[in-house]
Amino acid sequence: MATESAPLKEPADAAPDPQVTGVEPLVRFDKVVKRYGDHVVLDELDFTVRRGEHVTLIGPSGSGKTTILRLLMTLEKVSDGVIWVDGSPLSHVRTPSGALKPAGEKQLRESRKKIGMVFQQFNLFPNMKVLQNITEAPVNVLGMDKDEAETRARELLDLVGLSGKVDAHPSQLSGGQQQRVAIARALAMRPEILLLDEVTSALDPELVAGVLELLGDIARNTNITMLCVTHEMNFARDVSEKVLMFDAGRVVESGSPEKIFTDPEHERTREFLNAVL
Amino acid sequence: MNQSFQWDAVGDAFPLLLEGFRVTLLATVLGTLVAAVLGLAVAVAGRAPSRFVTVPVKALTEFVRSTPLLVQLVGAAAVFSSVEPLTIGIIVLGIHYAAYTSEVYRAGIDGVPKGQWEACRALSMSPRRTWQAVILPQAVRNVLPALGNYAISMFKETPFLAVITVQEMVFEARKYGADHFVYTEVFTLAGLIFLVASYPTSLLMRKLEKRLGH
Repeated sequence: MATESAPLKEPADAAPDPQVTGVEPLVRFDKVVKRYGDHVVLDELDFTVRRGEHVTLIGPSGSGKTTILRLLMTLEKVSDGVIWVDGSPLSHVRTPSGALKPAGEKQLRESRKKIGMVFQQFNLFPNMKVLQNITEAPVNVLGMDKDEAETRARELLDLVGLSGKVDAHPSQLSGGQQQRVAIARALAMRPEILLLDEVTSALDPELVAGVLELLGDIARNTNITMLCVTHEMNFARDVSEKVLMFDAGRVVESGSPEKIFTDPEHERTREFLNAVL
Repeated sequence: MNQSFQWDAVGDAFPLLLEGFRVTLLATVLGTLVAAVLGLAVAVAGRAPSRFVTVPVKALTEFVRSTPLLVQLVGAAAVFSSVEPLTIGIIVLGIHYAAYTSEVYRAGIDGVPKGQWEACRALSMSPRRTWQAVILPQAVRNVLPALGNYAISMFKETPFLAVITVQEMVFEARKYGADHFVYTEVFTLAGLIFLVASYPTSLLMRKLEKRLGH
């Protein structure tokens, strides 16, 4: 097994092999391993996400769900295996000989542009007003014109129902409002993939429904691909087409929400759903 | 008061001491500027990914902190004998205090939540922009009161500059004292001037601390 620094061997015909359908999935985990010291969080994980698909990752705490999102956002490095996004390796570059080696910070930054993330703790920038939170990256990363970025930020704030809070500071907003701004901030980068990491876990119960409704709207009205770690089974049922049940770093079971919630095949899935529903 | 306290000497020396105070103030303000900028640079360099940067930086700050200001002043004046004493004084004061302010900045930077760094990465922001727009504004805001206290501390250490013949206030006081054999009076006056200048400043710092919510 290759280590983090060693180049990974690829077959001579190194082009990513298309799926049976002939369409390369947008995201493909290929034997992805994540270790922290001796602790194996993800164990040769394989799974794919099609373009436009809304996938919910469920499973007990410590099953590696959040790690998957953090690997996709390149906040963590894979220990082994390759993550493919849109046919290209996410955190590797190809050497002239065709092998893959871990990418440098500059290449990672390019990879990240396709992907946006909303965090459990919002992570808005407290030193900036709401509008600047949203325009900062489009202006300074994408090189968007400032006026254009502001116009778009106002549209997004309108979308998330906070058009009146343009000049507020994050500390003046409720948790639910902060999370809406964080969603707008992620969308402002026009990501192809939106990662949602337990985005309602830190919210007061009465604020959860509004944020979930907003995410449902976004899922229905855009072609954005969503990967969502959540404990909100209603959200998994209403918004996603595919649910992946994780346990101990592996996909135990996957299928449509109807299938997983009404007729789970695996014992671990049944136990888990009994515990949370 | 003691009968032999010569009040006329106080009045006589006052303009001279004020002249010296101007130098004291100049050294403090410029020295603080050097310490604020250099300390920040040291703190950021201390987080560099390469050991070729962090190890020498750490060694230098350790050296500066482990030797007395007085020795550094005399040493620098001897090595750079062609440079004006006040310039040497300001730079040495600045470097000396940078070793301490860098620790303050470091704590301020460590105090910025990890989620802020991750949000920047999730938005593909460059390291430079991350520091400039997100991390430093939050870190500096947290450490302003502590930096202010170092400025006051530096103010009170400026008399060391007299050793390398900078004509700051205590230098003037000693000179006047030697010329007129009235040490108690002029040194008391110098002390009062220090008190009058630094007490309101520390009150101001405390107010600032409160306003920033510490």
